[in-house]
Amino acid sequence: MSTKETLFDASELTVSMGPQHPSTHGVLQVKLKLDGERVIDAECVIGYLHRGVEKLGENQTYGQFVPTLDRMDYIAAVSNCLGYCEAIEKMLGITAPPRAQYIRVLMTELNRITSHLLWLGTHALDIGAMTVFLYAFREREEILKIFENYCGARLTTHMFRIGGTQYELYEGFEDQVRTFIKDFPKKVDEYETLLTQNRIWIGRTRGVGAITAKAAIDIGLTGPALRGSGVNWDIRKAKPYAVYSDFEFDIPTGSTGDTYDRYMVRMEEMRQSARIVSQAVEKIPAGPLMAKLSKIIKPPVGDIYHSIESPKGELGYYIVSDGSTMAYRARVRPPSFVNLQALKQMVAGHMVADVVAVIGTLDIVLGEIDR
Amino acid sequence: MDFAIDNVLIPLIKIGVVFGALSGVIAYLTLLERKVIAFMQVRLGPMRVGPHGLLQPIADGLKLMLKEDIVPNRADRWIFTLAPVITLVPAFIVFAVIPFGPTVDIFGRKVGLFITDVNIGALYVMAISSIGILGIILGGWASNSKYPLLGALRSAAQMVSYEVALGFSIMGVLMMSGTLSLVGIVEAQRDSHYWYVFLQPLGFILFFICGVAETNRAPFDLPEAESELVAGFHTEYSGFRFSLFFLAEYAAMIVISSMAVTLFWGGWLRPFPNIAALGFLDIIPGIAWFALKVLIFLYVYLWFRASWPRYRYDQLMKVGWQVLMPLAIANLIVTAILVLAFGGAK
Repeated sequence: MSTKETLFDASELTVSMGPQHPSTHGVLQVKLKLDGERVIDAECVIGYLHRGVEKLGENQTYGQFVPTLDRMDYIAAVSNCLGYCEAIEKMLGITAPPRAQYIRVLMTELNRITSHLLWLGTHALDIGAMTVFLYAFREREEILKIFENYCGARLTTHMFRIGGTQYELYEGFEDQVRTFIKDFPKKVDEYETLLTQNRIWIGRTRGVGAITAKAAIDIGLTGPALRGSGVNWDIRKAKPYAVYSDFEFDIPTGSTGDTYDRYMVRMEEMRQSARIVSQAVEKIPAGPLMAKLSKIIKPPVGDIYHSIESPKGELGYYIVSDGSTMAYRARVRPPSFVNLQALKQMVAGHMVADVVAVIGTLDIVLGEIDR
Repeated sequence: MDFAIDNVLIPLIKIGVVFGALSGVIAYLTLLERKVIAFMQVRLGPMRVGPHGLLQPIADGLKLMLKEDIVPNRADRWIFTLAPVITLVPAFIVFAVIPFGPTVDIFGRKVGLFITDVNIGALYVMAISSIGILGIILGGWASNSKYPLLGALRSAAQMVSYEVALGFSIMGVLMMSGTLSLVGIVEAQRDSHYWYVFLQPLGFILFFICGVAETNRAPFDLPEAESELVAGFHTEYSGFRFSLFFLAEYAAMIVISSMAVTLFWGGWLRPFPNIAALGFLDIIPGIAWFALKVLIFLYVYLWFRASWPRYRYDQLMKVGWQVLMPLAIANLIVTAILVLAFGGAK
């Protein structure tokens, strides 16, 4: 706006939403061009949380780098850890022992539930339903207690090591998980009673931020954002890693690709994750936790791309090794970063209130976008 | 002497009592809100200040008064300062006509438990409570900031459109009672043996929905939608000025609840005033019945807030003009025909 023009002469209003806005999920800044309440254009400004994670990967040994990765998507730290450990194991040509693999899947799925619960709570809060937030956190707390008992940390857990896991399961672990999983589907139903059939909720989410399957694929959306548009693509099924092929679970998909469909997909995913956990906890095999591995990790010269299905979408690691103890290049493909690119397209022509709904439905974590 | 007591002293005492009680009720309404919503959300709410947080409102009030008073540099200073007052004053003076109870004997003197009984009471309430909107619009505009401006524009549109439906929704009651005096309406309900909610159920529902929208409360809290507009029209307000807006909002909630009770739920009357067998209920004074009923509506307000998401601007308008307005007019016409046919007015 030029200095002469006052706020009220302008037909277009530029509003900077964020980085300290209550519902931009961290430090995302969206520059909105508004015509009244209608959004003409939205431009994302990112980088407020940039910590140079990828560069750190070049200056830390492979083992040292793992806890750093927890700080990317701090909501789903376990997934970050799993993807990286598996990528390095692939380079080294080893696999983790079955017991470790099962623990990994179990923990990752529990973490998927926590991530989705946080998404549900904040998404509903953005749309104005604040009680869901506290209900979701009640269950999330139970999982975080399990994490804390297992490895001492709740959020940035550093749960796995290259070659397996470090910690043995604690006494009473199975019972704690069983108790939680038994009640959890009922709790998901409880959240749904507040939202799924609610007229206001349907009004706020149906047809908002709709994206076609083709457009979603063109942008490179992954995870629930892609499945909401009806594309059945989940790396756990498409390219099974860890021991996911041992479990029975379904991949829920939507049809219209709007916010409501993505909501339904994630709700169902929580139930499916609970299903995986309940299977995994019953058949954790006995055996060692770590594969035979030299103390100093030096992958052979070469590169590798390994991706897993994080709660947000495809989390990929591209690691280039020059044969030393540190990576030559450690590149991360963060799902949130790619998914955020759809924001502009999704909000065009909608109202201001829809912008926060769309930011919520994309389930972004700025730690991962900025790295 | 008697003239002075009746026309100066007693009204002044009444005004003082109402004003003081109202301030206390508003303060504790904030605590009630936090407690009720906390219990709905499986948590405890404020617990630290006093037993079970009972002194929390006092602490909050003190905090707000001691806070730095910030006026943005480019704000329109005069209007910025004036806006909270414009919102607060009407919210309080509406109580002048609300009948809290019947006329009772105090020290051998007949005293009505209301400040005054105006023969256009309902109209007065509608008129005065609309002035509060001006303060919100001016406050958002004078801040010279973008989020408040958006909030103010929203509230301008929202309140103007819901006011119309609100007005139509009480017409049925006015036709049936044949008076605009709020005391007269309650007495008409006593004489007709029915609370008007049983005769005007649709009118009541419309009135309460519009009332919630008028007071900017969830699910119609768009002017201050936290997750969209940061804090809406009062984003730039802080300290005591902010607390004036805050007080006005809660006072408005009490006004709408009181109006709902007075117009539809029999005011100070006990349940089923026509059934003599329930006469023992008269032990409880009318003012307690009134307070209890108002409390129920305030609870419903909080219940809404804990349960529902927020409407979007265009949906809000659609609900107001395309659903509530036609229903209110239909209710009005049907009531008019029935009143003509059966002679509803006494």
